[in-house]
Amino acid sequence: MWKRFAQQWEFQVMAIPAIIFIIVFSYIPMWGFLMAFQNYDIFRGFANSSWVGMKHFDMFFGAPEFWQIMRNTIVISLLKLLIGFPAPIILALMLNEVRNRVFKRFVQTVSYIPHFISLVVATGLLISLLAVDHGNFNDLMLKWNLIEEPVNWLSTPSYFWTILVSLGVWKEIGFGAIVYLAAIAGVDPHLYEAAQIDGAGRFKQVFAITLPCIAPIIIIFLILSVSNILNIGFEEILLLTNRGANAVVKDVSEVIDTYVYRVGIQNQRYSYAVAVGVFKSVVSVMLLVIANAAARKFGKSSLW
Amino acid sequence: MVFIYGSLVLLAFVTLYPFWNALAISFNAGFDTAKGGVTFWPRVFSLENYKVVLQDQRLLDAFFVTAARTAVGTAGTTFFTAMFAYALSKRGLVGKKFYMIVCLITMYFSGGLIPSYLLIRELHLMNTFWVMVVPNLISVWNMIIFRTFFLQLPDGLEESAKIDGSNNFGIFFKIVLPVSGPVLATLALFTGVWHWNSWFDASIYITNQKLLPIQTLLSNIINSNLTADTAKFLKQTTVSMLDQQKAVTYKSLLMTTMVVSTIPILAVYPFVQKYFAKGVLVGSLKE
Repeated sequence: MWKRFAQQWEFQVMAIPAIIFIIVFSYIPMWGFLMAFQNYDIFRGFANSSWVGMKHFDMFFGAPEFWQIMRNTIVISLLKLLIGFPAPIILALMLNEVRNRVFKRFVQTVSYIPHFISLVVATGLLISLLAVDHGNFNDLMLKWNLIEEPVNWLSTPSYFWTILVSLGVWKEIGFGAIVYLAAIAGVDPHLYEAAQIDGAGRFKQVFAITLPCIAPIIIIFLILSVSNILNIGFEEILLLTNRGANAVVKDVSEVIDTYVYRVGIQNQRYSYAVAVGVFKSVVSVMLLVIANAAARKFGKSSLW
Repeated sequence: MVFIYGSLVLLAFVTLYPFWNALAISFNAGFDTAKGGVTFWPRVFSLENYKVVLQDQRLLDAFFVTAARTAVGTAGTTFFTAMFAYALSKRGLVGKKFYMIVCLITMYFSGGLIPSYLLIRELHLMNTFWVMVVPNLISVWNMIIFRTFFLQLPDGLEESAKIDGSNNFGIFFKIVLPVSGPVLATLALFTGVWHWNSWFDASIYITNQKLLPIQTLLSNIINSNLTADTAKFLKQTTVSMLDQQKAVTYKSLLMTTMVVSTIPILAVYPFVQKYFAKGVLVGSLKE
């Protein structure tokens, strides 16, 4: 083996620095989870900080904001899953029905522009449209007599979830549809011909042929989004709430990730923030296992 | 059918309108924008917003930082990741299985925000330009796409160069990279767009105002909301201009900056369009 290693030293020189790089930037932080069981002190360092067991976890579970954070995280996750997940599939199915190629191409090209636009600009545009002071949206609603006076949409707790989920759909619907469109294009055309002979209309064909044929891809993406369910637009929320400083909507906007950011980066309670992050990772892994088991039981596809 | 066409037209409109509106406001005089009602076209045409944005030293610095991180970051990431992938595409590489496992685990697990933050601090990368470049030098995702491509290259390609006496680095530079044009272009474009749009890393790692990229500076401006707060983000001359002429206001300036910061993305969009459908599919079907 060493002889072979010596012969291929040039390739090893290409690979080993990259591996060391990955170990430093990805694996060392993974060991940081141990900080959750310490009173980490930046001056004493990791090795000399004292161990405190489950103290930070107990503190988090006992914190007055715990249930609120959990509720927000779960509700926003579920809304994103229920609305954000099917939206690209519906778009792909709709685009598939369009016969005019130029129109189809136009809508498709336009629909994935937002994916490439920075989140800062996307939220900036949204904030401008929703502005109290002559934002286009308020002007329009006033004109149509749907509201009596301008509404401060972004500082009204009851609208926050709707706005957040809409922003997510707006940004990713087109990009998400690409994969499904490709899957639909791969469906055997003979199946449609057979269905037509049997007298199935276009609408029926969607449910009888298209959806069952692309179901494996849908299920795989569904499992992936369930395992990612707790990663819910952390950056969007920060940008829409002035880095978590908008106290008016805090009751509905604070999720696990923004909480970690606030207590960890802003208040520098490192060990406590890591404990909250570890709790989130554990829940995520559990969800992934459950989702995969469910997919195995009800369907044929699974991740492992 | 009518329903489908109607929905799609609505989707296209909702997608495009915010950009179109920003463009209209950027060409409209600030005092007029403040009256509200600017939608599709500027009412009082003005180039003042652009004059101010393109002369403001703070904004120019930020654009320069963004351009630099995009150029250096994209070149670095693409090069190191491609080289890594090339080594991993070699048959009989000692330790290949171990290397691959090391890579794959990072796709499912990460240390999270706080440990990464403390690591950057320990490495003394805080408040340096390199904090935006170095931690992203190897992309496991891109490595896998590169590797899939390299595995398909015919063996004969490298044989001829070996006969000429080139070593493996020479082969990588002179033969492998040149034939990887489309993959290289796709992944470089993606990395470039990602760098151009990044704001969060700089917002936690950089406090030196001169080192902030445009997206982070923009997020600071947007979040400052109140016009009074904005003053501190702009140079004195700009502020006095805000007071005197009113051709430029907080909002018109913000919209113009957003337009300017988005132009490079829209400029490369046709290329992204051309390449990425393939790239995305390769990636997602591998899952």
